[in-house]
Amino acid sequence: MRKIINPADLESFRQSCIKDMSREETWVAVCCGTGCSASGAHQVVSSFKEALQEKNIDGKITTRVTGCHGFCEQGPLVVVHPGNYLYCQVTPDDVEEIIEKTIIQKKAVERLQYTDPVSKEKVVVEDQVPFYYNQHRLLMRNSGIIDPTSIKDYLAISGYRALSMVLQEKSPLEVIEEIKASGLRGRGGAGFPTGLKWESCYNAPDNTRYVICNADEGDPGCFQDRSILEGNPHSVLEGMIIGAYAVSAEKGYIYVRNEYPLAVKNFSTALEQAREYGLLGENILGSGFSFDVKINRGGGAFVCGESSALIASIEGKAGEPRDKYIHATEKGLWDKPTVLNNVKTWASVPYIINNGADWYAQIGTEKSKGTMVFSLTGNVNNTGLVEVPMGITLRKLVFDIGGGIPEGKNIKAVQTGGPSGGCIPEKLLDLPLDYEKLTEAGSMMGSGGMIVMDESTCMVDVARYFLSFTQEESCGKCTPCREGGKQMLAILNNIMEGKGQENDLDMLEEIAQAMKEGSLCALGGMAPNPVLTTLKYFHQEYLDHIRDEKCPAKVCRNLIKYFINQEVCTGCGRCLKACPVDAVEGTKDEPHIIHQEKCTKCGACLEVCRYEAISVE
Amino acid sequence: MLEELDKVDEIIEKYIHDEAPYVPLLHDINSEFRYLPKEALKRVSQRLEVPLSHLFNLATFYKCFSLEPRGENEVQVCMGTACHVKGSPRILERICHKLQVNPGETTEDQKFTLETVNCVGACALGPLVIINDKYEGRLSYKKIDKLLEGYHEENNKSS
Repeated sequence: MRKIINPADLESFRQSCIKDMSREETWVAVCCGTGCSASGAHQVVSSFKEALQEKNIDGKITTRVTGCHGFCEQGPLVVVHPGNYLYCQVTPDDVEEIIEKTIIQKKAVERLQYTDPVSKEKVVVEDQVPFYYNQHRLLMRNSGIIDPTSIKDYLAISGYRALSMVLQEKSPLEVIEEIKASGLRGRGGAGFPTGLKWESCYNAPDNTRYVICNADEGDPGCFQDRSILEGNPHSVLEGMIIGAYAVSAEKGYIYVRNEYPLAVKNFSTALEQAREYGLLGENILGSGFSFDVKINRGGGAFVCGESSALIASIEGKAGEPRDKYIHATEKGLWDKPTVLNNVKTWASVPYIINNGADWYAQIGTEKSKGTMVFSLTGNVNNTGLVEVPMGITLRKLVFDIGGGIPEGKNIKAVQTGGPSGGCIPEKLLDLPLDYEKLTEAGSMMGSGGMIVMDESTCMVDVARYFLSFTQEESCGKCTPCREGGKQMLAILNNIMEGKGQENDLDMLEEIAQAMKEGSLCALGGMAPNPVLTTLKYFHQEYLDHIRDEKCPAKVCRNLIKYFINQEVCTGCGRCLKACPVDAVEGTKDEPHIIHQEKCTKCGACLEVCRYEAISVE
Repeated sequence: MLEELDKVDEIIEKYIHDEAPYVPLLHDINSEFRYLPKEALKRVSQRLEVPLSHLFNLATFYKCFSLEPRGENEVQVCMGTACHVKGSPRILERICHKLQVNPGETTEDQKFTLETVNCVGACALGPLVIINDKYEGRLSYKKIDKLLEGYHEENNKSS
C-alpha cells in the first residue's frame, strides 16, 4: 500500500473505498463483540463463510465481522443487508436457513426474529426494535456496519475527513474554539469541559506535550469504552490525532485495561494501518504535523482509571494518585503538559468537527451536550449498550429501551456511576440524566454504568458490595480512604449479620463525610456515595436489618432461613443431591427437610427445585 | 533455568530502550512463565539497573502479576455488579467448594488457579466465568459442575 500524501489523495482513495463497499449488494454483518463472541459468534461466521462457499455465491456475498451492535442480551446477532433483517441468538445450525430464505428468497426467517417482550410482536428490521429506535446512536452507530480491522471501511464512512479538514483549514486555536463551542464535557465521569482542558494545555509554557486516552474502564458493569475500541477503533484514534494537533503534542498514549484483549488487538491493528497509510507518524497528510500513539496495558488496578494514578502507571511506577493542586494540563506525564480524556470523549471529536459545534450543541440539555453511552445491565430485559441524548429520563431508558424488568418483578432502584455513584430509587425515575441532576441526587454520571435492580435486591448488600470493591481497590496511600472504607465495611457487615445498632447509621455518615473531605483522589472521595444514597433513599431497609433483624429482600444470609414445604415436596431428591454441605435429608418420594445448623444458605436447593417447595423466610 | 533466562533476556531486549519499560516487561514475563520467577526479576533488575524493590513494588501492586506459579488452568470468576446482582457470589462459593481453594490460590495438584475479576464487560451473560480465556456465561450450579468436570477429565486424559 502506498502512503496517502495529501488531502486530495485521501479523497480519491476514499472514493475507491466507497466503490468497493457499494459493490457488495448483499452482505451479512455478524456482531463479534466480546458478548456475542462469548455466545459463539465466531462459529456463526465460519458457518456463513463455508455455506456461501459451498453454494458458490461467496464472491457476491460478504460476511463481515463487525464490532458490538449493543444488543448483547440477544447475541449472537446477525443482520442481513439490504433490508436490515435482524436475527437474534443465531447458532451455526440457523445459517443454512438464513441463506436460503433471506439471502436467496428475500424473505424473513420468523423464528429468529426479535420478539418484543411488551407487545409480544415479532420485529423484522433492526431499526424498528424498540431497543434501537429509542436511541440516538452517534458513537455506536458505525460499530455494527464496519469491519473494525479495516481502515478502508472506516474511510468509506467518511473516516479521517475531520482530520484532513482540521489540518487544511483550521489553526489549533480554532479547533479548541470549536470543541469549546460544542459544549463537549469529559465522558469519563467528572464532566470537565473538554475545550477548556485543551486550552489550558495549549497555554502551558512548554515545548513537549502529551495526549492520553483513558481506556482503563474499571467500573464493574461498564463496557461501552471497550465496545467502541473493539468496534470502531479508528474513531478514537482520529479524535486523538485532532486533539494532539490542537495542543501541539507529538506523542500520545492509550492506557487500556488488561482484561480487554480484543480492544488491545483491534486498536493495535488500527495504529498499524494508520501508520501505513500515512495518517499517523511523520508529516501527516503532508501537513508538517507529526504524531504517534503507543499502547500501554493496565495491570488490573482499578485506581489506575484515576488520572494521576494512570499517569504514574505509564511512567512505570505503581499507580498511586497524587494531590492535584497542579493540573495535568500543566504538569502531567513526565511533568509535561498533558491532556487526558476518556475513550468516548475522543471518539466524539471527529463527529463535532465534521458536523459543526452548533449541530452537536443542539443535542442534550443546557449544560450537558451531546449523547452518552450507557451500559444497561442488571435486572432488565434488554441488557446492552445504549446511546441516548443527555437529558433523557431514567424511566424512558429502563422501560422504553431496556424493555422493563424481567419476570414481572418491580423495579427498586437504578445504580448509576459505578462504585463511585449512587442508587437512585424508583420514585426518582423521571430524573433527566445529565451531569448536574445526577450529582444533585447524590449519584454521578461516572463512565456510564447503569445497573437496574429489582425488588429482590437488598440495598444494604448493594452498598456493601460497592464499598468492599472500592476498599479492596484502594491503593492505601491516604488514611481516610484506606481506614475509613475498612471501618464502614465492618459496620455494614455487622448490620447484615443482625448485629447492627441504630447509632451505626450516624457513624456511617460521619466516616463518609471524613472520607469525602480527606481523601487524596476521587476513589476515596466518592467511595461512600453508594452508602450515603442507600441511607438516604432506603433508610427503612437499614432499620429493618437493625431493629427487626430482618432482610426484606431475603438476601442477607444471617437473617434468612430456607425451609422445605412438607406439603409440596415430592421427595424427588434433586435438592439432596445439589446441597454442597449435606444439610438436606430425606428418603426417596418422602418430603425432605433442611437441617438448619448445617445449612450455609447458598440457595442451591432453591435453584434446582422444580416444585417450588422451598421457601425463604 | 539457563534456557529460561535466555527467554527473559529476549524480553528485556524488546524494552531496553523504552522510557518506562517495567510494567510492559513484567506483563510479558508473567505471560511467558505464568508468574514472575524470582530469577527473572533479579535478571531484569541487573540488566536495567533498577532496584529489585521497585520491581517487587510493581509486582505486588498490580493484580495481574503473580509471584507464585499458577495452575495449568486459570478460572476467573467475574464479580462485576451485573454478575453480582445475578448471583455470582454463589457461583464463586460453589467453585471454591468444588476445587477446595480460595480466590487467589492454586489447587494442590497445580491444575487450577482460581481468581476473581472485576467485570469483564460481558454483563449480558452473567453470572460468568472465564476459563483459560474462554467465556462461559449464564451459569447455574449445574453448568459450573459440568464445566469443571470437563476440564478435570481433559487433564486426566492428557496426563
